[in-house]
Amino acid sequence: MSTGVAAAIRPRVGSRRAYPPVRLAAAVVVAALTLIPLGYVLVFVIAEGPAQAAELLLRPRVGELLRNTSALVAAGCAASAVVGTGAAWLVERTSLPGRPVWTALMAAPLAVPAFVNSYGWVSVTAAVEGFAGAVLITTLSYYPLVYLPVTAVLRGMDPAFEELSRTLGNGPWRTFFRVVLPQLRPALLGGVLLVGLHLLAEFGALQALRFPTFTTAIYDQFESTFNGAAATMLAGVLVLGCLLLLVGELRLAGRARVSRVGGGAARTAVPHRLGALTPFALLAMAALAGLALGVPLVILGRWLVVGSSTAFPIGQITEITLTSIGFGLAGAALTCVLAVPGAWLSVRHRGWVSRVLERSTYIAGSLPGIVVALAFVTLAVGYLPVVYQTSILLVAAYAVLFMPRAMVSLRAALAQVPPELDDSARALGARPSGVLWRVTLPLVLRGLGTGAALVFLAVVTELTATLLLAPTGTATLATEFWSNSSSLAYGAAAPYALMMIVISAPAAWLLTRESRREMGRA
Amino acid sequence: MWRSRLGAVRTGRTRIRTIVASVAAITLAATLGACGSASGSSEPTITLYNAQHKELGREWVDGFTKETGIKVEVRDGKDFELANQILAEGDASPADVFLTENSPAMSLLSSKGVLAPLDAATIAQVPARYRSGAEDWVGIAARSTVLVYNPSLLPADQLPNSIMELSQPQWKDRIGIAAGGADFQAIVSAVYAVNGDAAAGEWLAGLKQNARVYQGNIPIMNAVNAGEIPAGVIYHYYWYRDRAESGQDSKNTELKYFGDKDAGAFVSVSGGGVLRSAKHPAEAQRFIAYLTSKSGQQVLAESYALEYPVGSDVPANKALKPLSELDPPAIDPNTLNGSKVISEMQRVGLL
Repeated sequence: MSTGVAAAIRPRVGSRRAYPPVRLAAAVVVAALTLIPLGYVLVFVIAEGPAQAAELLLRPRVGELLRNTSALVAAGCAASAVVGTGAAWLVERTSLPGRPVWTALMAAPLAVPAFVNSYGWVSVTAAVEGFAGAVLITTLSYYPLVYLPVTAVLRGMDPAFEELSRTLGNGPWRTFFRVVLPQLRPALLGGVLLVGLHLLAEFGALQALRFPTFTTAIYDQFESTFNGAAATMLAGVLVLGCLLLLVGELRLAGRARVSRVGGGAARTAVPHRLGALTPFALLAMAALAGLALGVPLVILGRWLVVGSSTAFPIGQITEITLTSIGFGLAGAALTCVLAVPGAWLSVRHRGWVSRVLERSTYIAGSLPGIVVALAFVTLAVGYLPVVYQTSILLVAAYAVLFMPRAMVSLRAALAQVPPELDDSARALGARPSGVLWRVTLPLVLRGLGTGAALVFLAVVTELTATLLLAPTGTATLATEFWSNSSSLAYGAAAPYALMMIVISAPAAWLLTRESRREMGRA
Repeated sequence: MWRSRLGAVRTGRTRIRTIVASVAAITLAATLGACGSASGSSEPTITLYNAQHKELGREWVDGFTKETGIKVEVRDGKDFELANQILAEGDASPADVFLTENSPAMSLLSSKGVLAPLDAATIAQVPARYRSGAEDWVGIAARSTVLVYNPSLLPADQLPNSIMELSQPQWKDRIGIAAGGADFQAIVSAVYAVNGDAAAGEWLAGLKQNARVYQGNIPIMNAVNAGEIPAGVIYHYYWYRDRAESGQDSKNTELKYFGDKDAGAFVSVSGGGVLRSAKHPAEAQRFIAYLTSKSGQQVLAESYALEYPVGSDVPANKALKPLSELDPPAIDPNTLNGSKVISEMQRVGLL
């Protein structure tokens, strides 16, 4: 209540105050770090000159990759949108039996990396190779990115709009498309954008499915040339693709207002009765869970039990698991620390400077791991030999790649903290750094935890940047799984996949719990 | 409300401390664990850039450490990736020794002058046809090109007589290759060396039309075995390894050796060399001397690798078709031009 009054009195919190110099400088440094990969690719493409660029880009292979990549992004995004929204609607808005079970199952595929999923499928049937299989398997891996945000909106949506539409004579379908869908649009588009970016960056799954895209081609080039010109030029095209997606999403999302004044009456929507359709809906949901979660887990179990190359070198598995956990924690810690200045400025000092600083970290985060790694390895070998082939460089790459995850969570948490608390602390004699450390940070701990869990999950399953940047003699669960499974030693690969899922599970559980708490509050 | 917020502040602070402390502790433990294995010996540790198969590389490293006490840190990668990485790193390269699966990456380094001359005794352990004329790298193993085929899809009387036939239209979608791998790229360089640029360029363009590209030799063999594709170009040892284990992924397949000095009978030489910029040149020279010695080559012959030994007169595994019966084209392994092959493969769109 008190916050609401304060907000009414001071609608533009802190906007006219001067930027605190230390935090501004920190945020600028972080933004600069995250823009290194983009800058590297741009400078390289310009320095190569148009003639060389044309030679490297205007060749049949690039056309083929462009067709493959755009077809996959289009089909994968569409399929994920339909599957994710459909599943969310069935779970949240219908009389589907077993709702708690489905709620847990539908988000669970996030804990199974796409490259583990595709290897599971490939080891059983070659029929999944090529375009159709690539769309199928990436959709099964990535639809939760649409399902989760859409679920959240459906839960918070006021049922009055739908009821009004029905009383005005619209049928259920018409109501869905004209009333529900427009309200879902920002969440749906945001989810689809994430799917698109993941598809552009996906390496392991597509390599296994023999479906070449820009990312797999860049990796092939890397294996044949290290940091050759062709690889960086392909990276340029890929970067362009990412930026197109970002801009496209912004334009599609538009400025239509979906929020409204006042919270409305807290009321649960009356679920649509499925009636005779119930068995079909149950069958569809079971099929989705079975394909996305059941198939990879059953196959993984089978590899563990009957794989001809199955071995449990306990010492090695333990060491590599600890390495992965270490990188995950270090990555999460560094990313969260680096996100603090930008997130704080964007909440407490709204203006174009803070917006640019915050947004620039999103651009870097949308670039595929292979591009970031290529930039870092080339720059380190040429200009910063001290960090070359060290864990520091790899963790820095993780921070650049996964900054948006920490930034989004931290921003949301900071926005909930009334600035009056800062003022009171200052009035009581605390220094600005003391306020941040002793007042603000403890209050955003939960948001920080969510961000850290998201980064940890991403680091543990990261493949391409790790392959390129890991210090000599260092393997992670992801790279060890990859090196075994790409020579089809599924049994030997299986324990590493299992450990990846096991150490991801606590973070995934934390996130589900947090999102449920969020929904409870809304 | 204020009280609860302040309460949150207080418990939050202790929680921050606990979290920070435990993150730091676990990170430290993991880092120490990773570093711990490297220290604790008076002998220096040499760094090996290993493009050979990971398992074979480990067996050699273990044998070498057992014999000399010198420890070896290994960075795994692919032939041209690591060769170009060494070139990009220049004098600052951490690598002391470099092992490849095929010779073109070695000859690339040889042509750039970054390899040190090898000890005369090491060179004497390897016959001239399996080493660099510049005496800056030696063969450590050899492998033969073969056509793996599924007799139920490709009867013996329809087999090609030369690898060059695979660019003809009747092979459309019937041949598997691993275009991204150094193995296949070495085979292409042999086609260029044997048949000349014009014929080889045409062949490559035809292959782009015909071939289905796989991720590696094993996926090709599996696909042929499963009847997804009638034939594929691989090296011999993948097939023999599978036969030696269970035969599960090769039971429906046979091997065709082209012989007759055809480019398809190319015997590829895996190379080993010491970097001019090596921090531990003496130990690095000992490593290559060991690999080509009787005990090093014996490790290869007795391992599951099933590649051909090339040094110190160590005989190959008896299951293999003898090296002397392969009738390969006579090619100086140090003349194979890897960079040209890569740009040619980029031109036709295989890369």
